[in-house]
Amino acid sequence: MRYLYNFGQYCLLIARSFAKSPKPAIVRELIVREIDKLGIGSLFIVCVISFFMGAVIAIQMAAQIETPLIPMYTVGFGTRETIILEFSPTVIALILAGKVGSNVTSEIGTMRVTEQIDALEIMGVNSANYLILPKIIASVLIIPVLTIISIVLGIFGGYVACTTTGLLDATTYVYGITLDFKTFHLVYALIKSFVFAFIITSISAYRGYYVNGGSQEVGKASTQAVVNSSISILLWNFILTRLLLL
Amino acid sequence: MIEIKNISKKFSDRQVLYDFNATFEEGMCNLIIGQSGSGKTVLMKCLVGLLEPTTGGVYYAGTDFTKASEKERKRIRQEIGMVFQGGALFDSMTCEENVAFPLRMFTNWNKAKIADRVKFCLDRVNLSHAYQLYPAELSGGMRKRVAIARAIALNPKYLFFDEPNSGLDPQTGIVIDRLIKEITQEFKTTTIINTHDMNSVVEIGDKVIFIYKGHKHWEGDGTNIVNSNNKELIEFVFATGLLKRVQNTF
Repeated sequence: MRYLYNFGQYCLLIARSFAKSPKPAIVRELIVREIDKLGIGSLFIVCVISFFMGAVIAIQMAAQIETPLIPMYTVGFGTRETIILEFSPTVIALILAGKVGSNVTSEIGTMRVTEQIDALEIMGVNSANYLILPKIIASVLIIPVLTIISIVLGIFGGYVACTTTGLLDATTYVYGITLDFKTFHLVYALIKSFVFAFIITSISAYRGYYVNGGSQEVGKASTQAVVNSSISILLWNFILTRLLLL
Repeated sequence: MIEIKNISKKFSDRQVLYDFNATFEEGMCNLIIGQSGSGKTVLMKCLVGLLEPTTGGVYYAGTDFTKASEKERKRIRQEIGMVFQGGALFDSMTCEENVAFPLRMFTNWNKAKIADRVKFCLDRVNLSHAYQLYPAELSGGMRKRVAIARAIALNPKYLFFDEPNSGLDPQTGIVIDRLIKEITQEFKTTTIINTHDMNSVVEIGDKVIFIYKGHKHWEGDGTNIVNSNNKELIEFVFATGLLKRVQNTF
């Protein structure tokens, strides 16, 4: 029963946040600020993780090929498919659920416990629209971009790992990553990152918006937001994969 | 003028306010006093619409706020300025941006006009040197003054203060009290203050309402409060040993 109540409250809050803003210029300004904070602020961690994970995936792929019947270009092919289909959209989303999600929850939660949200409401400002909508728009714009960067760096990480360790020559790896490329897989990855971006921001904002108490509760809400977002990402990953790939 | 008619508030099985009636006059400092947990904050939240009363109505210049349409509520809310206990300043904004915020949201003024109004409001609370400071860089008294500057930015008809002196030393408390009194008279606002600071009661209490266990227990002005023979009020006012000794000198 409590889950249903929370889900209903979440839907109402998100619907409220999508109300028409009386000052679109202010919302645009906030979106740019949030893109910088949520997206650009996560760029470094996304780049580092993607590069090294790409390198590790390529090495593991090469380590599995024990028979000469499987051509070595499969390393490039397998690395590309793993990164595009699963690693960049899903694993990066899970990492961002921790980084961006806890940031959103703690920011909105602190505003709640210090009565800043009440101050907005008393002024006649739709606090959900002012605080949540720019974050959602910013994240659905920037997280797919981060996903593309992650794909590029992951594949590049595999290339560097293969060529520097002598596992594979550059030509074979490049042949593998261009082999049987399906553009739809990229579209699939972007659809997933778009949905996951919405999930991360909306759930985290919801957890922060309804914090009740003090700083300890803000911390608990941040943890809850990360857990809820991660589980939702995994669930939607399954649903979207079933719907889009089969 | 604000009128409260038969307001009561219940949270599941806990009744906090009982059949409360009061009138708050324009150009006057109306104080609501009472012990912690007596229902002062709930009453104020019902007044500004942060809580819906279980029964009764809150009338702003004759319009029932509790039954008003969303559009009407929004209009009334823009006539309300509120200063919260901790100031509730937006952490990510400077003092200047905090005061400019309601002007940017609710007027179509250009930057120069907004800057003029911000300057007027910050000068009015003697903070002309704090434009570029963030709330984290301000003292408690300065935060309250910035919050007052933000509250008066849109020239409100109604001003609400929740514990304006909490966390302040007595001298700074008196400065804030005098500022509230001056602003109330200067802008002819209907000012409602939640407090348990006895200095404020004596200093600025044009009208004082004492809440006891959710009921309106006493009503009068700040000067005749000490002569009251209401037992609960006297116990509340002269709670400390020092004040009891002062009482004996009357």
